Amino acid sequence: MSGTTRRGVLKTGLVLACCGMSHVRLALAQSRPGDPLPVKQIADGVFAFAGIPAMMNNQNDGEICNVGFIIGDEAVAVIDSGGSVVEGKALIGAIRARTDRPIRYLINTHMHPDHLFGNAAFESTSAIIVGHRNLPRALESRGAYYLQSYRDAMGDDLMADIRIVPPTKLITDEDELDLGNRKLTLKAWKPAHTDNDLSVFDHKTDTFFTGDLCFIGHLPTMDGSLLGWIAQLDILNGIKAKSAVPGHGPIPSPWPQALDAERRYFDVLASDMRKAIADGVPMSDAVKSAAQRERANWKLFDEYNQRNATAAFAELEWE
Amino acid sequence: MFTIVQPRSRMVATALFVLVGAVISFPVWAQNAGPPESTTWNGLKGDVFGQKPIEPANGIVSIDAPKRAEDAAIVPVDLHFKTDAGTGRIKTVTLIVDENPSPVAAVFKFGPDAGVTHLATRLRVNAYSYVRAIAETEDGKLHMTETFVKASGGCSAPAMKNTDEALANLGKMKLRVFSSKASGMEPMTRATEMQLMIRHPNNSGLQMDQVTRYYIPAHFIQGLTVSQGNRLIMSMEGGISISEDPNFRFEFDAKPGEDIKVEAADTEGKQFKDEWPLESSSL
Repeated sequence: MSGTTRRGVLKTGLVLACCGMSHVRLALAQSRPGDPLPVKQIADGVFAFAGIPAMMNNQNDGEICNVGFIIGDEAVAVIDSGGSVVEGKALIGAIRARTDRPIRYLINTHMHPDHLFGNAAFESTSAIIVGHRNLPRALESRGAYYLQSYRDAMGDDLMADIRIVPPTKLITDEDELDLGNRKLTLKAWKPAHTDNDLSVFDHKTDTFFTGDLCFIGHLPTMDGSLLGWIAQLDILNGIKAKSAVPGHGPIPSPWPQALDAERRYFDVLASDMRKAIADGVPMSDAVKSAAQRERANWKLFDEYNQRNATAAFAELEWE
Repeated sequence: MFTIVQPRSRMVATALFVLVGAVISFPVWAQNAGPPESTTWNGLKGDVFGQKPIEPANGIVSIDAPKRAEDAAIVPVDLHFKTDAGTGRIKTVTLIVDENPSPVAAVFKFGPDAGVTHLATRLRVNAYSYVRAIAETEDGKLHMTETFVKASGGCSAPAMKNTDEALANLGKMKLRVFSSKASGMEPMTRATEMQLMIRHPNNSGLQMDQVTRYYIPAHFIQGLTVSQGNRLIMSMEGGISISEDPNFRFEFDAKPGEDIKVEAADTEGKQFKDEWPLESSSL
């Protein structure tokens, strides 16, 4: 252990003893602003960072989702920019620590702030932002709201640099990107987690970046279509990947076993809500007891389950 | 023949439609604390009700909403009504979300013999906000109740989840009739509970057309009438604070054997109609 790190630990231990701060702070106290994001190489030329399962806030710089990058012979593609410009810059730092090849693409897997609040950091690069064909529309109707609603938790300083930067290269159905002797397949999904989910498959290593189509540990959040998500699990399951980088959860994760936990949660949620609807239970009552037997299996269950149940109820009522 | 219900006043119509333009004006203070002073309401009430005095509801109307808006796009709100001999029946109820860009979510008008005792709908709630219901009784007096709703956490936004689906099924309606909770009463006198659902994006017009770069105009259900036979049960003038796929669950005095008719119109002038027989056996 180096002297610097030991000092960091000692200092943090003191702060912890005094204030009872979370492990998040402990981890962050050891990295300083400007440090590269601590990414992990998960396959040849494929790097990822595992976000922590938490709500985005000032302490964690919004670093709650998984982000990554893939290095080809000519260029680099980044998958998601993270939850703040601070994280986006740290991600660029991690890339520059490993290659000086240009960042040709920044791929946004979907509209949520934890995945694209870092977009503005990439304006210092030549990266073309790539997204699902529905992503610009989704950002038009949500962007201003996101910028406002995260201000309390993230703080004015962290929010100051964050802007909504929409994609300019749009994917309908499927498309390929070439990084030089390295092909990526981008697939635009039908409404599932959101109505603008995009996944990335690296053919050289058979690594699959799922975006938030796959959650592990962190409760999945519903912002598109539960039925659409369930229906597309079989297609996801059929993708022949060696390993996956889920939107949230361990990196890498075994594929397709990575889908098992969310499939089970969706089935429980859908079945509870279908029963409530059939029994004539009003939405406001039904969502309180929904999927409670899944509670012990997930982090952030209390933060997101009622919301998922609300969206599921409204969708399933039309069956 | 279908006509959109006349606004109760020009000022209500103004609050319903013109304020749609003031879209990104979030009061920052509203995000910071618990139930605050009704500052926004104090500035708003004159626009909606003029100088007319507003009394506390004292149970004439009561409101239930979750303390936290789990999904900002779908916040269930329940209204219960009690007829008071002194004031007469409730003629109209105005539902307001103080901090929304279009605060007047809806104005409901009830038929003279509809006997509506309960109405549940779903709202968009943009920020920490009071949600309030103001009932006007037959004696012309206004009665207000309110509840405070905290904005949702995480990435929930008061926007459409599945835009293409909402547009593909525009205007499709569904009516559910729930079996009466009070058994053993005569069918002619007991309340019936129904739920009306309409597929509509009910959108705010915030989205930009990617080709033209112009904002797409707001597109929402602005008028709705529910009747049984020739009898008005309920009508609504609505705005964009009503959730996508507008949903109304209500209890009223049903008459066996007469059809339930629903007529709705949106801001693009599209009209939607449907009709369902109400069998005596389902009452």
